Amino acid sequence: MAKYLLLKHYRGAPAPVNNVPMDQWSQDEITAHIQYMNDFADKLRSTGEFVDGQALAQEGAWVRYDGEGRPPVTDGPFAETKDLIAGWMIIDTDSYERALELAGELSAAPGKDGKPIHEWLEIRPFYGNAPTITE
Amino acid sequence: MDEALLRSLTPAVLGILVRRGADFAAAEDAVQDALVEAVRMWPDDPPRDPKGWLVTAAWRKFLDATRADTARRRREDLVDAEPEQGPASDTDDTLQLYFLCAHPSLTPSSAVALTLRAVGGLTTRQIAQAYLVPEATMAQRISRAKKTVGDVRFDQPGDVATVLRVLYLVFNEGYSGDVDLAAEAIRLTRQLFAAIDHPEVAGLLALMLLHHARRASRTEGGRLVPLAEQDRGKWDTRLIAEGVEILQAALARDRLGEFQAQAAIAALHADAPEAAETDWVQIVEWYDELAKLTDSPVVRLNRAVAVGEADGPRAGLKALAELDDSLPRYSAVAAYLHERDGDLGTAARLYVDAAEKASNLAEREYLTRQAARLNN
Repeated sequence: MAKYLLLKHYRGAPAPVNNVPMDQWSQDEITAHIQYMNDFADKLRSTGEFVDGQALAQEGAWVRYDGEGRPPVTDGPFAETKDLIAGWMIIDTDSYERALELAGELSAAPGKDGKPIHEWLEIRPFYGNAPTITE
Repeated sequence: MDEALLRSLTPAVLGILVRRGADFAAAEDAVQDALVEAVRMWPDDPPRDPKGWLVTAAWRKFLDATRADTARRRREDLVDAEPEQGPASDTDDTLQLYFLCAHPSLTPSSAVALTLRAVGGLTTRQIAQAYLVPEATMAQRISRAKKTVGDVRFDQPGDVATVLRVLYLVFNEGYSGDVDLAAEAIRLTRQLFAAIDHPEVAGLLALMLLHHARRASRTEGGRLVPLAEQDRGKWDTRLIAEGVEILQAALARDRLGEFQAQAAIAALHADAPEAAETDWVQIVEWYDELAKLTDSPVVRLNRAVAVGEADGPRAGLKALAELDDSLPRYSAVAAYLHERDGDLGTAARLYVDAAEKASNLAEREYLTRQAARLNN
């Protein structure tokens, strides 16, 4: 088993195929999209592959230590040009191929006109534990 | 077994241990252990005197723990002190616990956690689940909180306002995991209401009951349903009647406070058989009272909505213009008022902006849907 992080971006990822923002969809299209996402997470729970899923607000800032006795420096809110993560799902799968398959399925969530968004998702493996048996 | 009954005995049992000379942290651990034992044993062997049983069990746990980690001498001192039951009543003990757990030296999150555990009798695991943090984190938070209040003397009167703020926070968290925090907050506020005669305690209890009464209608399939569109047939009329009765008795005493004013607004909404029949003029008056009591910008934002209903969207927008546009939900209110004023393009843009600033997913979805409704 290995864990993978599936990252969704508000900004910074290449444009998806079906690139219409949600405020232009019909109510039914929004409902269908949310249903798809919930069903996807439920399916992973039932297969024992779901670890965590969280969504992030759009607001935030960069922050950095600025020396002893001084308040931290912040840079923000995020400029329009910056990469902006929208949320993640962590999955625990038997293989990289399975993780890819699931990420592809998530990217197929329906958008405008009920057609798949083809959203670009980032997939990142977690470092695992050092194996007990090495020889 | 009635677990709520069991947990309702928690503060009195804990109070008795502390009064017998146990330090708060150790007493609290002992009561938790006794509760666990009760859950295990009572179904097969229910005690005749549940409270007496719990006091005996908790005291034994406390002595065991004391024996385990300190000198025998101290234990003997405590055993000697045991007969001292003191004149204090259960009510006083319960009240002191509320004050202690909401002590001003605690941060809000610590006060909430300690209240749920020591007064509410919830386990650390249940509290951790309710607040979606690891159990070890919550255990540490509670243990630090207990240390913080360890030196607070148990006989000093506390400030009811701090207790009410903690209970309000618990209620507002709603429910997640297997613990219904709103119901728990109501239970703890009822208990406080029984222990102390204070119009703001009544005000908060009424406020909670009136909001809880609408719970079944507030979401549909996970989606937020705004007040005006809620199915009022689903409102719990029993809770509304109780809330109104408690509120009226409190208001009659003429010591107005912010919770009574908020409850009065909730009562006016509850009183309208249909959204269109809402008495917005009176609601605006209550917001004026509330603004005098709190001077909170959030209150004035809500007031702008009420003005928009009472005197029309233009008047609402005018009230809104006096407020800082960086306030949470400012865009959402502006969007709503512009839509009512017929400026659908501006409203749609503002709904998108409001969705981007939403602090939770349910609100974000709701606001996005509003934008989409106007754009289609």
